[in-house]
Amino acid sequence: MLAWTIYLSFAGALAQALLPKGKPSLSRWLALIVALAGLALAVAGFAAGIPNHFARVIIVDVPWVSSMGIHYLLAADGISLVLVLLTGLAAVAGVLFSWNIELRTNEFFAFYLALIGGVYGVFLSFDLFLLFVFYEIAIVPKYFLIAIWGSTRREYGAMKLALYSFVGSAMVLVGLLAAYATSGSHSTGLVDLAHAGLPVSFQMWVFPLVFTGFAILAGMWPFHTWAPTGHVAAPTAASMLLAGVVMKLGAYGCLRVAISLFPHGMDPWGFSFLGVGSWRDVFAVLAVIGIVYGALVALAQTDFKFVIGYSSVSHMGFVLLGLMTLNQIGMTGAVLQMFSHGVIAGLLFAIVGRIVYERTHTRQLAELETMHLSKRLPFAAWAFVIAGMASMGLPGFSGFVAELQVLVGSWVAKPGWTIAAGVGIVVGVAYTWRALQKAFFSDAPPSAHMHEHGHELAAITVPEVAGVALLVAATLIVGLYPRILLEAIEPAVKTLLAGGGR
Amino acid sequence: MNFADLFRATLPETALEIAALVVLVVDLGFLRKAALNLRVAVAALLGVAGCAAALWMLPFQGLGFVYSGTGELLLASGGSSAVAQIGILLLTALTLLLLADSTFTRHVGEYVAVVLMAAAGGLLISAAQDLLVIFIGLELLSLGLYILTAFAKKSGRSAEAAMKYYLFGGMSAAFLLFGFSYLYGIAGSTNLHQIMLAMYEWNAFRAAPLLYVSLVMIAAGLGFKVAAVPFHLWAPDTYEGAPAPAAAFIASVSKVASFALLISISTAAMHVFGGLNAMVTFEVHSGAVATQNYLGFAVSWSMILAVLPVASMVLGNLAALAQVSVRRLLAYSAIAHAGYMLLGLAYFSYTPRSAEAILYYVLTYGLTTVGAFGVVGVVERATGSDRLDAFLGLHKRNPLLAVVLLVLFLSLAGIPPLVGFWAKFNLFAAVLQVYPTGAGLGLVVLAVGMSAVSLYYYLQVLKRAYVMSAVDDTPIAVHPVTLAVLLLVATGAVLLGCFPALLQGWIAGFYPGL
Repeated sequence: MLAWTIYLSFAGALAQALLPKGKPSLSRWLALIVALAGLALAVAGFAAGIPNHFARVIIVDVPWVSSMGIHYLLAADGISLVLVLLTGLAAVAGVLFSWNIELRTNEFFAFYLALIGGVYGVFLSFDLFLLFVFYEIAIVPKYFLIAIWGSTRREYGAMKLALYSFVGSAMVLVGLLAAYATSGSHSTGLVDLAHAGLPVSFQMWVFPLVFTGFAILAGMWPFHTWAPTGHVAAPTAASMLLAGVVMKLGAYGCLRVAISLFPHGMDPWGFSFLGVGSWRDVFAVLAVIGIVYGALVALAQTDFKFVIGYSSVSHMGFVLLGLMTLNQIGMTGAVLQMFSHGVIAGLLFAIVGRIVYERTHTRQLAELETMHLSKRLPFAAWAFVIAGMASMGLPGFSGFVAELQVLVGSWVAKPGWTIAAGVGIVVGVAYTWRALQKAFFSDAPPSAHMHEHGHELAAITVPEVAGVALLVAATLIVGLYPRILLEAIEPAVKTLLAGGGR
Repeated sequence: MNFADLFRATLPETALEIAALVVLVVDLGFLRKAALNLRVAVAALLGVAGCAAALWMLPFQGLGFVYSGTGELLLASGGSSAVAQIGILLLTALTLLLLADSTFTRHVGEYVAVVLMAAAGGLLISAAQDLLVIFIGLELLSLGLYILTAFAKKSGRSAEAAMKYYLFGGMSAAFLLFGFSYLYGIAGSTNLHQIMLAMYEWNAFRAAPLLYVSLVMIAAGLGFKVAAVPFHLWAPDTYEGAPAPAAAFIASVSKVASFALLISISTAAMHVFGGLNAMVTFEVHSGAVATQNYLGFAVSWSMILAVLPVASMVLGNLAALAQVSVRRLLAYSAIAHAGYMLLGLAYFSYTPRSAEAILYYVLTYGLTTVGAFGVVGVVERATGSDRLDAFLGLHKRNPLLAVVLLVLFLSLAGIPPLVGFWAKFNLFAAVLQVYPTGAGLGLVVLAVGMSAVSLYYYLQVLKRAYVMSAVDDTPIAVHPVTLAVLLLVATGAVLLGCFPALLQGWIAGFYPGL
């Protein structure tokens, strides 16, 4: 049943491409229906996982290229289900926040749904080759979404994003080919490869290669620079998807492929340099640098959207740090943080990109200061207060549970990491507060410019309210009752830790 | 192999030659006064019919793919030859259909006749097992290509391109012949299989340098045909100057034939070594002391072939970045693609795996590139230029054409689920199967990295077509036949990519005996 999330999205994309031009509302409703159907399937799939305690379920398994042992193998465990659910939410919210797209509407939703289909595919693939195919399918629509419908330096941002993604996926492809050849060219199934007993020396070089390849898309420092420029250039729905689910593709790949297929790649080298004694330490340190660096840079931005863009780098650092703890609580936290950040970042980008920018036509904090948006757009202001609190990791929101688990996990692994990451949280409060204050609650005198053009801002539309409500509800539900997702994540992480992807 | 056998083996070639003559007679004899459109349609249809007849005759060659004791074998049938021949005939038919409503020449009959004869040369090359037949086939194909390049008589660029192509071609043919003569001198036979046997049994102490010289010469000659760096200089000019259907023919059919030939040579070398490791080296005994290693045919051939792909992949991809003419861009990308395929040849294995992977690659590459030149041809006719900016706003001017361009270029870049990705994956997997560590892995890493570079220049074209706004909004009309061919090619690129096992299984079906 979950497989239909993929097919429906691609069918929707095809239908959009074939729709006659000049019927934007038809495209919108079609996209919304497809996205809602995907979300419904995701929820149903999640609910169906409850009775059997989220054990791995095989959805489809047919030979694809039998002579090479490649299967069309879709399956779902707790981690997949959570991320599929996130994709469904992000897809619906994205459609709602792109309700105002007038330019080439049907093409926009065609690329959009193709991207969503690829993302569903990655989260459900249990064959490495298939996973890679879906992973690459997601690259091209991103390029066009940003290059055609984007804003600031869109062609630059789009090309940078496409090339970074493609270089990352080239690294993954080398790893895939090497693992396939080394394991004897029998199968590309994730489980088969994990059982293949790949030599430790092989895992030692292929793990960092594949991990980095995926982590580029997860925004790992120092390969994060595509993220802020890409997010800023992208149209609202695309930046919601980029931050919401596409960055999760990278983190998911790190977890599902790099960590579970090449666990010995994280073994100690036998010597240590500045306290770094294994690839695991290397990536944990990079993750911590990403957390702190992203937060500090966000603090210095003048463009509202760049603040959110760098905050994504910082938050994704928690995901990578959680993965590198290699213990139950830390990795559970990492997966939960993927969900949480997906929802919260989507919300933040929606407020900044759609609700504010489409009305004020500026994202410069200095100009927003003079507009007194808390009075003129109270809905946006309060939505941002809620989203900001969630982003800071206040209790009651999903981010709190997730980051707490990551920090506890990393304390168990290496206390030093936790202390450094804690600094990132404090700075996180600072930059969110600064942006909130400057953009909405400033009492700077209105500029002369504003007096002249002090026209009324357009009223908040129904799709915007619906989108905000959906995402806020998601983060609140998970924040107040995290067990709902943890029960799915924990057993999957446990099996993963117990022995690769076995 | 007596003459009756030979005649049976060349049935498809004969069909093509007869079709060529029929086209000439009909076009010059009966349709002298007819409108150009009608003449194009009749000539192209007759040409396609010739290809169909040749396809139909393929199963009657009836020689089977037998190697042992075939010292007299001139032409093989079945196996990789059959796959390549079918590919050549289909691609020739597609390029002929692209001729619809083209106006670059009034000598339609001659054009189609030359295409058919060149295709016959391609069929000969793919089947040839003998140095002389190889050379004759290559010359037949090459001479046809020179003429086709020059066919746009009104265009100075076409003539210039043909001249360059001819001069380079003549030079490389001389190299090839020179290399062949050494090989014959060393081995005492012109049959590939006998040559390999002689190499294997033969004390190489004195003559090894001669063998290496000969192999380098042969590599130069064949490297020219596949446009491998450093023998690639003709490609950009020829691709740019030739009429679009001729360029499509050069880029697809000639590539398929040349790689089929390279596969024949490598297969012969592998076959002689039997189950032995392909990378075997020999020790030369002089007196009691074993001194130096003698690298045999296969190893030296592989080593030469391993140099070419590195240069081709790097230079082809990097030079393509700087192009403003889409045809030149396609030429450099063709050089890069030849590099990937040569990589497969450098790590050719005893199992049919490598041959299958290379054939898969070259056939699907030929298909995509025919489509790509079809699109370029249409755009060129509408805008009068093949520069990147000619593609501005294509999605508005003709959405279907833009979709075809999107599919084909992404396939060339190797984006799944299009066929180009599967071709690359299959090829690299075959290389790594032979040599999963060290140099093999290093070259695959380079190839994958370079294909990441290639996305940039393909996106440059797609960016013009989809992202940037049009200067000129007038719709571009496409002849229905051309559109049908382009849609067929694009559909093929999608379907073969989604169901790679179809073509893979079909190719593998030709290898019962290996």
